[in-house]
Amino acid sequence: MNRTTLDLWVGFFVAVGIGSLLFLALKVGNLASSSTGETYSLQAEFDNIGGLKVRAPVKSAGVVVGRVTEVRFDPESYRAVVAMSIDERYKFPRDTILTINTSGILGEQYIGFEVGGDTEMLADGQTVKKTQSAVVLEKLISQFMFNKAQEDGAKK
Amino acid sequence: MSPEPLVKLTDVNFAYNQRAVLKGINMTIPRGKVVAIMGLSGCGKTTTLRLIGGQLKATSGEVRVAGQDLGKLDNKGLYALRRRMGMLFQFGALFTDMSVYDNVAFAMREHTDLPDELIRDMVMMKLHAVGLRAAHNLMPAELSGGMARRVALARAIALDPLLIMYDEPFAGLDPISLSVIGELIRTLNDALGISSVIVTHDIQESLKIVDYVYFVSEGRIVAEGTPDDIRHSAEPYVHQFVWGEADGPVSFHYPAPAYGEQIYREAPRGR
Amino acid sequence: MGDSLITALRGLGRRVTDRVWRLGFASRFLLTTILYSGTALRRFHLTIREIYFTGVLSLIIILVSGLFVGMVLGLQGYDTLQRYGSSEALGILVALSLVRELGPVVAALLFASRAGSAITAEIGLMKATEQLSAMEMMAVHPIARVVAPRFWAGVISMPLLAALFSAMGIFGGYLVGVQLIGVDEGSFWSQMQASVDFREDIINGVIKSFVFGIIISWIAVFEGYDCEPTAEGVSGATTRTVVTSSLAILAADFFLTAIMFRGT
Repeated sequence: MNRTTLDLWVGFFVAVGIGSLLFLALKVGNLASSSTGETYSLQAEFDNIGGLKVRAPVKSAGVVVGRVTEVRFDPESYRAVVAMSIDERYKFPRDTILTINTSGILGEQYIGFEVGGDTEMLADGQTVKKTQSAVVLEKLISQFMFNKAQEDGAKK
Repeated sequence: MSPEPLVKLTDVNFAYNQRAVLKGINMTIPRGKVVAIMGLSGCGKTTTLRLIGGQLKATSGEVRVAGQDLGKLDNKGLYALRRRMGMLFQFGALFTDMSVYDNVAFAMREHTDLPDELIRDMVMMKLHAVGLRAAHNLMPAELSGGMARRVALARAIALDPLLIMYDEPFAGLDPISLSVIGELIRTLNDALGISSVIVTHDIQESLKIVDYVYFVSEGRIVAEGTPDDIRHSAEPYVHQFVWGEADGPVSFHYPAPAYGEQIYREAPRGR
Repeated sequence: MGDSLITALRGLGRRVTDRVWRLGFASRFLLTTILYSGTALRRFHLTIREIYFTGVLSLIIILVSGLFVGMVLGLQGYDTLQRYGSSEALGILVALSLVRELGPVVAALLFASRAGSAITAEIGLMKATEQLSAMEMMAVHPIARVVAPRFWAGVISMPLLAALFSAMGIFGGYLVGVQLIGVDEGSFWSQMQASVDFREDIINGVIKSFVFGIIISWIAVFEGYDCEPTAEGVSGATTRTVVTSSLAILAADFFLTAIMFRGT
């Protein structure tokens, strides 16, 4: 096996190997769509974040526009503080409401942006005031049972 | 004032894992001479060779090669010294993944920046000296034992060393190859003006070509002298060795209790 | 009775200390190999030659195994998922299983058996036939010339082979799932893309295969260099390479997975 044939095969091997890495990164993974571009950060306070995790998506109109970067507890206000990084291309009005939604019935949780009509946009580092906490399943059930009991009581 | 010998061992002791292998060795290899180290297997001959080559470090005593004390050399110095030594291993130890040509050219390519044409000339010259110029394209697996050893010899002289060490160069060869190797060792030594050390237990071939002999038994030098001295030596160990006697200082029987006792006292095996 | 117990304990203790001593020796050997890697990097064609023998010659077994593993994942995955009506998640199942675990681990096990054992046998044989000694006596450091190129070739080849295994596996899963069984092609790929995260899954998989590459190459060159210079010594060393590498890979996989995929 002479040098040139050897080099050819090794070059082919490395090329195919890197090619499959690229295939995995772009076609299988989400490298192409994940934001490698510029982002700006926003913060929001919630009474209850439910099962929201770091790296959960931030969606507006169902499209991913950012990611949750940090989840903290504020010992003074006793609320959860969530930090997000949003794609630089998308700006949202100051009166946007942040909600914590669940994808599907038992899926993972994400932050949804419901835009308002304010002309001023949220800037880097600002805190969003209007938030809606996550729906806790137990509260929902106990509420349902309470309502049901009240209904039955009223009927009698 | 005689010139300093190429190799000088003074009161060298070597122990391995608390077992003393060499005790109080004093040896001199003068320039331009062929010296043989003889003895039974396991007596310490190959260890002596490794001490000279720096593969082992003496426990005490001094090993001087080309005026340098091996015990005081650092790694760089040792490797620099080795470039001036050549070694022929017992079965050639050719690099099996390279051709004969690449084997001989190995040291040249690793240690020099010579252009390919010059290397080619030198390789062909060395192969011609051992009579194998036409075999340069063969792979080591295609060579016979004798040929492999000759190629290894060509490889050992590739950079014109000062000293060549031979580890059992005659072992396992047919009569023709035996005398070929023997002649080559002597001719090369005289032609290149170098020194050679042969570790062997082949009496016939070595006494024909060497200038001086050291006899080693159980880690000590029991006899030394010119081939004639050795042939006419009265020392019992040397005599047994040279004349190939079955019994003598080296006894025929492996140590065991008296025969009679073992036959009558011990119970038979099996059943 | 007390005597034999004491002897047994002593024997156990000695075996443990022998192993620890050998591990220390192996670590020093690894350090020496890395320190002497200058030649392997400066004369890169030496390393390229070894990449051919470890990487290129392992291509067939890696690609074929990857294909079959992916196809089996497709079959088994579909069988389980369709019971819960989630058969469109097949793409996610195949991709994540391969990229996170099966790709790096199985490719590493195959690499250890094929390339690792070959490296050990080669170096061991060179030791047994005194070729390493001969090289030393010609003032060429055997670790720099023989060991280091093989070590780096293994480290470079392993991540590439693991990626190839995963890619082939996903293709195999696609063949069985979409072409054979009839899962929707669109959901297969889109769900996969939505769930496989580049940083969490793919990069971690690459890191794993890189670590495995170091482990296998280290064990392979060490066992070869340290073996008894006899025929039995070489064969014993080859077996040890495969067994020790396999165990080390599985153990390392556990630790890496625990660190990387905590609470996802």
